[in-house]
Amino acid sequence: MALEFNEQTKQHVDRILSRYPNKQAALIPVLHVCQEEFGHLSEEVVDLVSRTLSVPHAHIHGVVTFYTMLHEKKVGRHELMVCTNISCMLKGGYDILEHLEKRLGIKRGETTDDGGFTLIEEECLAACANAPMMICGSEYFLDLTPQKVDEILVRLGSVGSDSGSARPRRATPIPRKA
Amino acid sequence: MAWPEGKDIKIVTKNFGVPGSNKISVYMSRGGWQVFNKALAQEPAALIEEVKKSNLRGRGGAGFPTGMKWSFLPKDAPTTYLVVNADESEPGTCKDRELLALDPHLLLEGMLISSYAIGCKHAYIYIRGEMMREAQIVQNAIDEAYDAGFLGKPLQVAGGKTFKLDITLHRGAGAYICGEETGLLNSLEGKRGWPRMKPPFPAIKGLFDAPTAVNNVETIMNLPEIISKGAEYFAKIGMNRSGGTRIVCVSGHVNMPGVYELPIGIPFRELVFDVCGGIPNGRKFKGLIPGGSSMPPLDESELDVPVEFDALMTDPRIKDVEIKPGVPFDLGGGRRLKTMAGSGGVVVFDDSTDVVRLCARIMQFYAHESCGQCTPCREGSGWLARVCKRVASGEGRPGDVELMANVAGGIAGNTICALGDATAWPMLGFLTKFRADFEAKIRKVA
Repeated sequence: MALEFNEQTKQHVDRILSRYPNKQAALIPVLHVCQEEFGHLSEEVVDLVSRTLSVPHAHIHGVVTFYTMLHEKKVGRHELMVCTNISCMLKGGYDILEHLEKRLGIKRGETTDDGGFTLIEEECLAACANAPMMICGSEYFLDLTPQKVDEILVRLGSVGSDSGSARPRRATPIPRKA
Repeated sequence: MAWPEGKDIKIVTKNFGVPGSNKISVYMSRGGWQVFNKALAQEPAALIEEVKKSNLRGRGGAGFPTGMKWSFLPKDAPTTYLVVNADESEPGTCKDRELLALDPHLLLEGMLISSYAIGCKHAYIYIRGEMMREAQIVQNAIDEAYDAGFLGKPLQVAGGKTFKLDITLHRGAGAYICGEETGLLNSLEGKRGWPRMKPPFPAIKGLFDAPTAVNNVETIMNLPEIISKGAEYFAKIGMNRSGGTRIVCVSGHVNMPGVYELPIGIPFRELVFDVCGGIPNGRKFKGLIPGGSSMPPLDESELDVPVEFDALMTDPRIKDVEIKPGVPFDLGGGRRLKTMAGSGGVVVFDDSTDVVRLCARIMQFYAHESCGQCTPCREGSGWLARVCKRVASGEGRPGDVELMANVAGGIAGNTICALGDATAWPMLGFLTKFRADFEAKIRKVA
């Protein structure tokens, strides 16, 4: 059976649609909602979005592959996005990234075997005055040191280990109905 | 230079540090959501004139006069849009994120005033996808403004008419190019963020093919102050044809990095050594990037230039960026390239910095973020990233400096959007100002 939205998500999608003059404009907001709901944008999810918005699969694939935050493959429960752009680089951003690679036993771009963490080398995340920094979900971690990183990993690890999904359920704010 | 209230004047950061500054009750207790009535009592054309007189210029990068941009929108269009560009991602820039988190209502009130001036009934805020926390804060503020009746409800305006505004927050999904205004519009329409050919400019054919004004967060947040205190007051705070204050985000090798609101016109030397407390660890200043990574850097001899749009483009104390030693790069029509105030992101680096590696990181960024639409940028940015990286890692070949300048010269001016220039300009700028650093690396190899 084809994938469908649950009632709550469907209402969320309808609210989004009410804010735009055509359905295609709601594509990226709806993909965000789908990613929160289903984890990643599998072929089934793309099909659901295609049916909901009357947008061709090919267009959706073009969009999904263009934006770095949209994932066709499964990612870890925690996506650690570490900035290594100039302001962070000048303050040791690469040391932080390498420290994380060592601690997690993965390279940048990879996910740990238990599905707990995905490590991403990010471009500038707009917190340059507090370099080096990283974000995880909606949380910013600023003025990082290797010691701070260790503490963060312990905290996130304990959150993610038994709850199954530590992704923020509603990272996309629900718009008001027009 | 006239700074009527001294250098401590605060316009867009006036509510920073106040507990709960992003709540409507706190904002209103400090005089917020009261200025828009004064604006709505005027005719839209009069408002646009007022903004022109204030010398408000776009804070996103290009410094285009805001009132003039608005005046390009046709007056009789049935639908127009205001789109606030909150897709902050220019390396070295971290102001919009703080503005959104700490004073979202100032933005919304500015949007109400701006929308009325250009006849927009539904405005969008395009916020960077990674800024999830800020998106929640702004959405909460939008909800509060609806509940208070400032949004979604007809308001009395000049001439006995009414005006109703809706605002929608739209999250991006991770693409630097969506900060370019036409890339942003395509993204907002549910497409890949590919920039559009101009003309037609967004003011004529923008979002959903309607006339559209795309303005930066900080730009719009100045509107309440301009209406409240008048255009002349605002114009006087700045210098030359640049009115008001400027937020500069200082990062890198300074003792006190931070986001500072300062009257336009403070010299870089004062910014680095007084405001930010100088260079740490007993090191010496080597150079800085004046307005985000797209802008050619300045060296020690150029630090007395003021942080102001026109000065950075024309001040004779700044050396011309060269295509080869002694030959200035031509922007077209004989115009020389110095640098630009850009996004206000100032990145300072000390004398311990490997400048070639720094430049290589910038090139890696543009190669990653090139949208792939135009060949010179798509291929050229990759070339620059690879060649600059090999020079940085000590594997440079004789002729690499000339090769990089040649490739950069082939990109600049030959692409649909400014990302091509944003790649080529810093490359040529670093080669002009720090050529010896590049040559030393290559000589070591040879």
